[in-house]
Amino acid sequence: MSAHADELMDYDQAVSLFEPVIGLETHVELGTNSKMFCSCPTEFGAEANTQICPVCVGLPGSMPVVNAVAVESTIRMGLALNCDIASWCRFARKNYFYPDMPKDYQISQYDEPLCTDGYLDVIVPTDDGPQVFRIEIERVHMEEDTGKLTHSGGDTGRIHGADYSLVDYNRAGIPLIEIVTKPIPGTGALAPVVARAYVAELRNLMRSLGVSDVRMEEGSLRCDVNVSLAKPGEPWGTRSETKNVNSLRSVERAVHSEIERQSALLTSGGRVVQETRHFHEDTGRSTSGRSKEQAEDYRYFPEPDLVPVAPSLEWIEQLRASLPEAPAAKRARLQESWGITDFEMQTLVNTDALDVIEETVAAGVEQSAARKWWMGEFARSAKEQGIELSQLRVRPADIVRVETLIREGALTDKMARQVFEGVLAGEGDVDSVIAQRGLVVVSDDASLLAAIDEALAAQPDVAEKIASGKVQAAGAIVGAVMKATQGQADAAKVRALLLEKLGVSE
Amino acid sequence: MSAITRADVEHLGRLARLNLTPEEIDNFAGQLDVILTSVARISEVAADDIPPTSHPIPVENVYREDVVRPGLLRADVAAGAPAWEDDRFRVPRILGEA
Repeated sequence: MSAHADELMDYDQAVSLFEPVIGLETHVELGTNSKMFCSCPTEFGAEANTQICPVCVGLPGSMPVVNAVAVESTIRMGLALNCDIASWCRFARKNYFYPDMPKDYQISQYDEPLCTDGYLDVIVPTDDGPQVFRIEIERVHMEEDTGKLTHSGGDTGRIHGADYSLVDYNRAGIPLIEIVTKPIPGTGALAPVVARAYVAELRNLMRSLGVSDVRMEEGSLRCDVNVSLAKPGEPWGTRSETKNVNSLRSVERAVHSEIERQSALLTSGGRVVQETRHFHEDTGRSTSGRSKEQAEDYRYFPEPDLVPVAPSLEWIEQLRASLPEAPAAKRARLQESWGITDFEMQTLVNTDALDVIEETVAAGVEQSAARKWWMGEFARSAKEQGIELSQLRVRPADIVRVETLIREGALTDKMARQVFEGVLAGEGDVDSVIAQRGLVVVSDDASLLAAIDEALAAQPDVAEKIASGKVQAAGAIVGAVMKATQGQADAAKVRALLLEKLGVSE
Repeated sequence: MSAITRADVEHLGRLARLNLTPEEIDNFAGQLDVILTSVARISEVAADDIPPTSHPIPVENVYREDVVRPGLLRADVAAGAPAWEDDRFRVPRILGEA
């Protein structure tokens, strides 16, 4: 199927000839304890087919019942996206033959979504400073996730050429919300960046609402990316739909490469086919999937096994009043309060460090120290382990403790690093790591002076230089003492003792 | 009045993965037509103040608490599956069947 590679046009040339119009459909798994229509657990990574029941494997006679928290989460998301909330809506059956749903239909919402007509503002950095794009939201609706297929036989585990498939229904029935944008024109060459920024902001929003932890690497957020091109002033062209784009970087790349592909096609006299395309993470390109020329017919009809959802005005208003601060407002507030630049704030956001740093500052640590630890040692450790900052073993309280000990002179910077190394490795909390590793600042004058004597004896030429007034040479001796004490001496104090001993001043 | 054509029945048959013979198509087109005509008659007598219903019981907002309860044991599920491999349902090849 990837036999011939599509022609691509140089991106700059493409966006000088055509105006891209993009659209995004984003599916996110909600973070509920149980599934959408049954009481099975939703834990990721469980053994295959251990989180299933008669409802989610579609046994005859089983009946679905709606998860109250899933409805509440969808309404909160809708409100945060400035949507209208339907006072009455129904679920619908989407009928299709594919073994990822054992019922042969998926319960979704069709012409009566729970939330409609909202918007989300995203900020994109440009050469002329930050630019705001208002992304209009068409709808937010509820549905259930599908099972997971593994294709066997044939070539390398792909559906094409597979002899048969294996199905795990643990994921079938996990609550999903689908967020659909209206077509987004007017982004020009920034289209890929705007698409990425939109998905990133959706993710921030869902995390701040606590409706989903949005672990993209576990597939809990998946995007379908629509792209069409038009010559300036002309009607929009035919769009393609690239399915299952599962990371922020891939969203950007999928839009980018689709603009290059369609431009090449259109300028060489071809036409864009309305089709589904598959995105390949390894190449950043997509290949043609099934054609949508014949519109699919899912025979949607109102789900007879469920009753309508009719949220009361009081409930909606109560949820609206309890929405947390919007991520954009929070960023602006913290940036001002911490006195950091746009760039520094963007780096914190990109590292997903904003929340943990805010928590740490709230616990009583200076913002500069909080940023130093989280963006330095901790970010490195999280990256090495392939986890998020919030999943590290270190807690804001640990940083409070370490910073206090540093201030009291009981820890040096170097020792603090060793303490956190222990905490991150699971050796215990700050005080037990200090006790186990014997991390004590050597501060009694006698032992420091003994170490200084040794260092001076080992480097008599340096000793002479210092004594003759070349104070800058003191560093070599201080370094030797720090080494001898395994970093457990207070460097400033060593320096002072050394200079005093040699009778010179700074 | 014929609401259902042979083409409609063929289309529905394809969607439902049914191999219909020409005789069956004629037969079902007639039968489905009777059903739709009967339903249409009900619509004629329903006044404007009677809204369409999709559910026989006028109930709204039936929800479940978000609480986990035990489901099925995998061994039991496996025992009922037509084909089972590596703790998963085994299903025939998906593409290329049509």
